[in-house]
Amino acid sequence: MNKLPLRARLATSVGGAASKVSRLAGRGDGSVIGGVIGLRLEPGLLAMLAQGKRIVLVTGTNGKTTTTRLVTAALAPLGEHIASNAFGANMEAGMASALGQAPEATIAVLECDESFIPPVLEATRARALVLLNLSRDQMDRAAEIWLLARRWRDAIAAAPGCHVVANADDPLIAWAAADAAHVTWVAAGQRWHDDSWCCPRCGSHLRRRGDEWRCGECSFARPPVRWALSGRDVTEPAGRIRPLDLALPGRANQSNAVVALAVAEVFGVDAAHAVRGMRDVASVAGRYTTVQRRGVAIRLLLAKNPAGWLEALDVLRPAPVPVMLAVNAQTPDGRDTSWLWDVDYRRLRGRQVFVGGERRTDLAVRLETDDVSFEIVSGIDEAVDRLRHGRLEVIGNYTAFQQIRTVLGRAA
Amino acid sequence: MSAPGERAGSGAVRLVWVYPDLLSTYGDRGNLLVLERRARLRGIGAEPVLVNSDQPVPRDGDIYLLGGGEDLPQVLAARRLRADGGLADAAGRGAVVFAVCAGYQLLGHEFGGADGEPTAGLGILDIRSGRGERRAVGEIVADVDPALGVPTLTGFENHQGVTRLGPDARPLARVSRGIGNGDGAEGAYAGRVLGTYLHGPALVRNPGLADLLLGWAAGPMRPLPAAQEELTLTLRRERLAAVAP
Repeated sequence: MNKLPLRARLATSVGGAASKVSRLAGRGDGSVIGGVIGLRLEPGLLAMLAQGKRIVLVTGTNGKTTTTRLVTAALAPLGEHIASNAFGANMEAGMASALGQAPEATIAVLECDESFIPPVLEATRARALVLLNLSRDQMDRAAEIWLLARRWRDAIAAAPGCHVVANADDPLIAWAAADAAHVTWVAAGQRWHDDSWCCPRCGSHLRRRGDEWRCGECSFARPPVRWALSGRDVTEPAGRIRPLDLALPGRANQSNAVVALAVAEVFGVDAAHAVRGMRDVASVAGRYTTVQRRGVAIRLLLAKNPAGWLEALDVLRPAPVPVMLAVNAQTPDGRDTSWLWDVDYRRLRGRQVFVGGERRTDLAVRLETDDVSFEIVSGIDEAVDRLRHGRLEVIGNYTAFQQIRTVLGRAA
Repeated sequence: MSAPGERAGSGAVRLVWVYPDLLSTYGDRGNLLVLERRARLRGIGAEPVLVNSDQPVPRDGDIYLLGGGEDLPQVLAARRLRADGGLADAAGRGAVVFAVCAGYQLLGHEFGGADGEPTAGLGILDIRSGRGERRAVGEIVADVDPALGVPTLTGFENHQGVTRLGPDARPLARVSRGIGNGDGAEGAYAGRVLGTYLHGPALVRNPGLADLLLGWAAGPMRPLPAAQEELTLTLRRERLAAVAP
């Protein structure tokens, strides 16, 4: 901390004070405001704060927050102090806050918004960069994903000291990382194929057989993987099969855990040690938490885009456990609800389904078309009051999820 | 779902979704599902046919659907459709074509490619598109050409295209909120070929437009029972009210 120039120290302490005020005032969890003020005082703050730390950046359309948490857990055996923006504040301000609040940290695991990767990779001189997946997401404000992948390629080419851990099952990710100086390929799965029918390199049709994919025209193909998820176990580089036994549900999270093991390897932590800490992670920023509400055990799942909804539907406890779906279309959610039509809801047929959120009518029309019967509710409590006991699985998109968390109390 | 070339029962409307692998960015499947539903509610069979970009486009479809796409896939789709010739043939013999956003642009003579360069389209619709200064993003409302008898359009647009119509195309609608083609008009049609910038998806929020297409393909459509329309009409009211001045 003392190595920071005066201006950066001032920026950090003023920002830190703002974080505390924000928390005390109940305006937020304080994870962003400090960074915003700090960056306004010193634009180079992120680079200064990152200096001397070994940084891991985690990005991709889905799984960033959970993977950030799992990587942090996997690196715990190093015994070093690890900074992290664990609550999903993934723009520059959130990252600067996380670093500024933990000046003694020697390692930082930072979730980074997809579009910020080029400047952040340069500013932080990251030791490792994790690329999870790319698929359509909030297209009214986000860049086209092929353009994002191209920017990542350029950024990676300019950072030869960075070790990339990349998902070989996502062709766009494979293309983004193909020319990296150091790369560990992980078979982290791809639940959603609808954004990768074409070769990112030449545009021709991709051919898929089992897990493999290959371009029908050019030579671009799935790279050989070093780490893979097989069933509920991980196959390690030496071929050893190890059970993951995560507390977190779902295949997507098992994949995220395998990615975290590959990052741990970069830092010299063996899988046996890394996996132990990951098993204790049971909820991530309110996701997967079970909350009791007037006799009903509610579990919350977050899904922000079609690929995320597919994963969330996979995680649902089987019928007859009732389900509530909640959709908003505020700016953080994307203001266009058309994506609802990219998700197949037919598997909810025959279940009790509640529909909520500010755009519940859009969702209701969608379910009607898929012949899924539903009950429209004004909020989570109406669903709870109709049920009175048992379980309720809730999937919400970003602000709908946050609104439900607020109703249930921040304990959620 | 049948492969191209197969024919279902003779009464069924063949709905050909062209290149979902390239042209399906944002809920475009919804347009197909709504046509299918509205046909079936009237006792008309509907047979969806999905044609990927490595397959030939069948020439005997009744309604062809094209969705939105990013720049690169749009260029690829135009190139393959030109080489294939099936869509132009079908349009030439009077099949219905409904195209959205990138699909709409590539029906024209030219459109802006990945770096904005003029790229050859199919020339099925007398329009030319290029890239505008600013991206048009948001709710759009437009009043349909009275000749078509379709209520006010509601949708969501997200594009950077500017489209100008030639003498052989008519504007689909006049924009009352939003950008559309960029000159006060929105979309274009000629004969049974119709294009629009509207997502939402367009046929979900505008069942009148869906029935217009079905009517072109299979004759006059009787109204649906009120209970079957209720939710959709609520959605329309909500979306139009949300942007009312």
